[in-house]
Amino acid sequence: MKVKDIVEKLQLTVCSGAAGLEREVKGGYVSDLLSDVMGNANEGNVWLTLQTHKNIMAIASLKELAAVILVKGYQPEEDTRNESETEGIPVLSTSLPTFEIAGALFEILKNG
Amino acid sequence: MEFNYEIEGGNFSHAGTASSEVKKLLKQLNVNPALIKRIVVALYEAEVNVVAHAYEGVMNVVFDNNAIVVKIADKGPGIPDINLAMQEGFSTASPAVREMGFGAGMGLPNIKKNCDELKIESEVNKGTTVTMITHLN
Repeated sequence: MKVKDIVEKLQLTVCSGAAGLEREVKGGYVSDLLSDVMGNANEGNVWLTLQTHKNIMAIASLKELAAVILVKGYQPEEDTRNESETEGIPVLSTSLPTFEIAGALFEILKNG
Repeated sequence: MEFNYEIEGGNFSHAGTASSEVKKLLKQLNVNPALIKRIVVALYEAEVNVVAHAYEGVMNVVFDNNAIVVKIADKGPGIPDINLAMQEGFSTASPAVREMGFGAGMGLPNIKKNCDELKIESEVNKGTTVTMITHLN
């Protein structure tokens, strides 16, 4: 499954980094603690968080995550958008709270 | 081969830049991707520690056929009790830093898990040097 498929199925907004919509999604990770993501997320994961600052892109890039989904309607800060464009890693947004979007993502990834 | 990258204390907008440079370097040197994945976690945590706590630092990378040795030396407040700092969950990060999702007390434990040898030397009011060794074989 690709990032663009998740965008379509979960009706996400693409905030930035559209060049990365073809990235392959291999799973998901949910956390707002950056060290937790750094230590435990895997390459190709979609990361669900409410953090919107630029450092999320440093982590997404270093861990080679597929995309970041901001929950509850949060929008990325300007320098986060810029970094997302530079890295080609999409920042996506949903109005849903973390629990609901995580459940929906889990369902579509489980069913392949 | 030896490389140095500067780290600016207090500037979170550049946190991860040095780690990203070292990651690129290790890829160019054809280091095993699984090893790079581990090292990157340790590098980033150590870099963020300098940004969050110190005034300035240098990430020094020495690479030979047997090991990658990364030494991160900072000028800063130092660590009064290293054993306490190593405990998962212990943090002296400011509330502002915690709000960003840092300062959960997972940094040093993450470093320890993601390198083969870890040495921390620190002098209060002078600075801290973290040495991380990853064996290549």
